[in-house]
Amino acid sequence: MLSVKGLRANVGDKEILRGLDLEVGPGEVHAIMGPNGSGKSTFAHVLSGRAGYGVTAGSAIFEGRDLFDLEPEERARLGLFLAFQYPVELPGVNNTYFLKAALNSIRKARGESELDAVSFLRLIKERLKILHLDDSLLKRAVNAGFSGGEKKRNEIFQMALLEPRLAILDETDSGLDIDALRVVADGVNALRGPERSMIVVTHYQRLLDYIEPDYVHVLAKGRIIRSGGKELALELEEKGYGWIDAEVEAA
Amino acid sequence: MTGAPAVEDIVRSEYEHGFTTEIESDTLPPGLDEDVVRAISRRKGEPEFMVEQRLKAYRHWLTMREPEWASVHYPRIDFQSISYYSAPKRPEDMPKSLDEIDPALLETYNKLGIPIEEQKALAGIAVDAVFDSVSVATTFRATLAEAGVIFCSISEALHDYPELVKQYMGSVVPHTDNYYAGLNAAVFSDGTFVYVPKGVRCPMELSTYFRINARNTGQFERTLIIAEAGSYVSYLEGCTAPQRDENQLHAAVVELIAMEDAEIKYSTVQNWYPGDAQGRGGIYNFVTKRGDCRGARSKISWTQVETGSAITWKYPSCILRGEGSVGEFYSVAVTKGRQQADTGTKMIHIGKNTSSTIVSKGISAGEGQQTYRGLVRIGPRAEGARNHTQCDSLLIGDRCTANTFPYIEVKHPSAQMEHEATTSKISDDQLFYCRSRGLNEEDAVSMIVNGFCKEVFNELPMEFAVEAQKLLSISLEGAVG
Repeated sequence: MLSVKGLRANVGDKEILRGLDLEVGPGEVHAIMGPNGSGKSTFAHVLSGRAGYGVTAGSAIFEGRDLFDLEPEERARLGLFLAFQYPVELPGVNNTYFLKAALNSIRKARGESELDAVSFLRLIKERLKILHLDDSLLKRAVNAGFSGGEKKRNEIFQMALLEPRLAILDETDSGLDIDALRVVADGVNALRGPERSMIVVTHYQRLLDYIEPDYVHVLAKGRIIRSGGKELALELEEKGYGWIDAEVEAA
Repeated sequence: MTGAPAVEDIVRSEYEHGFTTEIESDTLPPGLDEDVVRAISRRKGEPEFMVEQRLKAYRHWLTMREPEWASVHYPRIDFQSISYYSAPKRPEDMPKSLDEIDPALLETYNKLGIPIEEQKALAGIAVDAVFDSVSVATTFRATLAEAGVIFCSISEALHDYPELVKQYMGSVVPHTDNYYAGLNAAVFSDGTFVYVPKGVRCPMELSTYFRINARNTGQFERTLIIAEAGSYVSYLEGCTAPQRDENQLHAAVVELIAMEDAEIKYSTVQNWYPGDAQGRGGIYNFVTKRGDCRGARSKISWTQVETGSAITWKYPSCILRGEGSVGEFYSVAVTKGRQQADTGTKMIHIGKNTSSTIVSKGISAGEGQQTYRGLVRIGPRAEGARNHTQCDSLLIGDRCTANTFPYIEVKHPSAQMEHEATTSKISDDQLFYCRSRGLNEEDAVSMIVNGFCKEVFNELPMEFAVEAQKLLSISLEGAVG
């Protein structure tokens, strides 16, 4: 599904990712944890193609293509989805209209027919139901004036609609209270499936109580320094990141 | 990491509607003097009073000076090099139906996507299409006549309803008002006349398409709309022009008069040729548009989407004379390439409890220069007057400019004034967000810009709103934040 090899990336002159390797198979949920400044968000952004990062080495093969040869929209059409840590507001742009345009551009790229208004509406209602969301957010402008929780829910809703093959959740838990976190996590869990992989980027173990990962990786100083099962997250919770740092120093 | 196409691309997008129709024109030689003014009037077979008014206006115009206060720059206009009259040939043989219309003309309209034929009829819209200066096609007049609505060219109105024209023309924008209005009063070629009698709700949207076609010919349209007490009319004006070399002067005058409880809604989508990449050959659009809310509780609403012209100088205004009258101005103006626009509105509050709303959205890209200039004046007798102004600018790229000049004069202590202004850029974050959802950059820009303009588009009649959105997307093709 996704194979990242020897990834190095800069922000300005500073090297943030220093030889990152990661293999994600179909249907797998990988958690990437790490202290602040370890490169978690950079990794998410580099994969999805945000400007401002320089990839200096390595590759990220997704669905047979190197992501770094593609524009952000081409990656999205290939089935990559980034749930933003800070979803962006688009004043005046109706959420339904935005989603329909996005979905149809993805369908078109895949050689599928574009959905008309009626079938799109049907689809949207069905997805809302799965996520237990009410339809008030359809009438509003994209993220404009949304609370933190609403924004994150809207991200998950978009994911449900766009049906990505690989979803990257960038600190989706940040800024959420426990109820909102549960709603978002339930949504994510409802979207898990054998054909959909996920990379969950998070600072805290808390989110992983709700979204149970198959693998946990610890990112420090731009590299994955330890990988394991979900028990690794618990170990981190117990010992903190300092323990890992010490190990890196020792190595 | 991802290469973004240059901002220049948007400047390079060629004018889509640039082509010239070859039709023999009956054109006066260039130049302007009293004989030319008389000749225009004679060719149109106007009544005597009109000739006199034109001459009066011409003589006054000679004493006036070209305004220089607007933030626009252009070479001096040589008014003697302009031809002041151009009409499609065979004026004695005006068409009775579409079959009689010059096929080249119909083709032009079709290229522009103007559904003058059945589509328009099905849409329930009467069309008084102005090609060059003389109206050549009018439909649905029977239905309108049944309702008592007069919808015709100014020339026809001068023949058939001279008293109405005499009574109202120049009563809102007198020939002494400003330089271009003075010129227009002297040499206006044709235009539209609308009269809605007392208590009548006009049964359809009235629509006129203007098109400048003959080479080197100034176009001086004159529009006069009168809504009697308790009536309602919605008027749509849309323009495109063919590509050409010389600068073309367009100095129109629009006068609206709303009596007691009457409402006039005036919508414009303007897409005249903006000039080439160096700014050569675009239209100079120096227009005077003003509405007079004469009666109590009357309402005049201007909505404009301005994407074309090399230079725009335009301030659709409302004189709020009647007690409790309402003025509205909703505007989207786009400048790209080397376009310059100095546009806005004037809300003159004279009567008690009058209110006005101004929503202006300016979009500037490439090397576009844009100025919002608006005046809100609350007169000494305008007790309880209210105004809300919202003025937003959106910049695309880093070589364009946006200025805002709000003028506020308040002479009554009870006035309530609100003014909000913002300037923003399309952020990289917004673009990336859209692209990460599968939208390409152009669609993303178009979506964000349309969102920015939404409050104004909401004021346009449905089909016009669709057209405006399309126009905006075409205008900003290749734009990058």
